[in-house]
Amino acid sequence: MSRVPLPYNPKILELFRNPKNLGRMEDATVTAVAGNPTCGDMITFYLKINDQDVIEKASFESYGCAANIATSSIVTEMVKGMKLEDAWNISWKSVVDAVGGLPSIKFHCGILAVGALKRAIRTYYKNKGFSPDWLPKEPSFEEKQALEEEELAEMLSKRMKIEEEK
Amino acid sequence: MIENVKELLKAHEGLKREVYLDVENSSAVPQEVVDAMLPYYNQRAYGNPTLTHKPGWEAFETVMESAQKIAMFLGCETLEEVNFTPGETEANNVALLGAALLRKDKGKKIVISEIEPLSVLHVAEMLQKRGFTIVKIPVDNEGFINLEKLRGAVDKETVLVSLSAVNHEIGTVEPISEALEIVKDKNSETLFHTDASDAYGKIQFNVKGLDVDLATISSYKILGPRGTGALYVKEGVKVERILEGQIGTQKLWPGVENTPLIVGFAKASELAFQNFEENVNRMRRLRDRLMDGIVGKIPEVMLNGPRGDKRAPDNVNVSFLRCEGEALTIELSLNGVYVSSGSACTRRLLQPSHVLVAIGRKFSEAHGSILMKVTRYHAEEDIDYVLGVVPKAVERIRGIVGSTGVE
Ligand code: FES
Repeated sequence: MSRVPLPYNPKILELFRNPKNLGRMEDATVTAVAGNPTCGDMITFYLKINDQDVIEKASFESYGCAANIATSSIVTEMVKGMKLEDAWNISWKSVVDAVGGLPSIKFHCGILAVGALKRAIRTYYKNKGFSPDWLPKEPSFEEKQALEEEELAEMLSKRMKIEEEK
Repeated sequence: MIENVKELLKAHEGLKREVYLDVENSSAVPQEVVDAMLPYYNQRAYGNPTLTHKPGWEAFETVMESAQKIAMFLGCETLEEVNFTPGETEANNVALLGAALLRKDKGKKIVISEIEPLSVLHVAEMLQKRGFTIVKIPVDNEGFINLEKLRGAVDKETVLVSLSAVNHEIGTVEPISEALEIVKDKNSETLFHTDASDAYGKIQFNVKGLDVDLATISSYKILGPRGTGALYVKEGVKVERILEGQIGTQKLWPGVENTPLIVGFAKASELAFQNFEENVNRMRRLRDRLMDGIVGKIPEVMLNGPRGDKRAPDNVNVSFLRCEGEALTIELSLNGVYVSSGSACTRRLLQPSHVLVAIGRKFSEAHGSILMKVTRYHAEEDIDYVLGVVPKAVERIRGIVGSTGVE
């Protein structure tokens, strides 16, 4: 369980120091969470969506590392003014590119950010009670990954509890 | 990659003050120690101490005199009991592998605690793959080892017990002499090893008062150079080498002795023991100033490890709730305060510090943990500077966390 040297690039450092679109959005149309508080890594995404299905505003809160803060921040910038259909097509790889690259150990932080975005989009349509053609029934890679991370955290914390009781 | 690091370093330009508190992971070597070492690179004693020429004999004399000093501080009977290795990791490897493998016909059980450093924990796991049984003794919520469980664990099969004298992360001063008594009482043949890297030069610790078989000490933990340490092996106790090669003056570690580092280690020991009481009291004062300043000033903070005399004089370990540790270390660094975190985000396997987990900290509590160690070289102004920086840094990171992760 060694530590990782993390030569974060200037873009990440900048977004870490001055994150864009930070904070809770009181008038959000939809909110989504990815990650698990038991392990810590966790983000909340807020989207304000108009009746044309266009994202007017996005904001985030992050209980994660600098890479998580930077990728979440950039996702909120990327999706602003986008149609939900286009926002859905954002992949974690394009987010990693947009922040100028990440150490591979930190990929999951970017995946979590995109996972939260996709969850928010899905929740939006679920609340509306209708699903557009372009929205796949199957969870996307990022959603699956977010789920996996949550389950892993769940499992680890259960294992800790069992050990405590022993 | 290196370009990124250059930019990161540039972001630190213009700092008013810099305070290094990450002595757990490496440290600056005091000038007096560097000065003591330098002549041994090219002015004298640069020979191989096993060879028959003047620079070789000088090196022999130097290595032996250094061993003698350390033997004295450790309370050894003879200087042969001090075996130099390249550090704590290597000494622990020799202690576990070299002692256990030699005794595998006598028994295959090894007892350690849940909060040992990785150079004990991972080596024990390696032995487990080779057919040994490893028992990990639990600790309470301040990190004190459960002596009853220890008593229950040691049996005829137990060839080795390895317990740190002082925990490296949360500073718990373990009841090591009681543990030793219990172990020897259950099985007088069982070897007792202690990693004393965080005890040597910091608390009253010597093998005269504490009759252990093996003890690890480390140079950089007492502000000596990295790359050297030693394993104390009590006279008459047999330990096998784990690496082979040309054997020099050091029976447990092959290769050519690194004379300047050994000189630095001895010098650092001298400085630590010279005004021992004064040094320790000074560290303790700085520690408490830092600890009380943080715990009293910032809301939602937990102290990890005990308070007072049962805590190493240099160790401060706190968890800031609703705050992620890696982000916090970066924020602190940008403000000239250098610390490390036990957050899962800082680890390769993305699991939090095993020590914090063992004392019952939840993942979310380990997430915002920060480890700091003070030295006798810190000034009160340094601590006050840290106390000025930390609340702001925590507040900024908590601002990013917002309502996320609030259970
Ligand atoms: S959020 Fe934990 S490693 Fe990035």
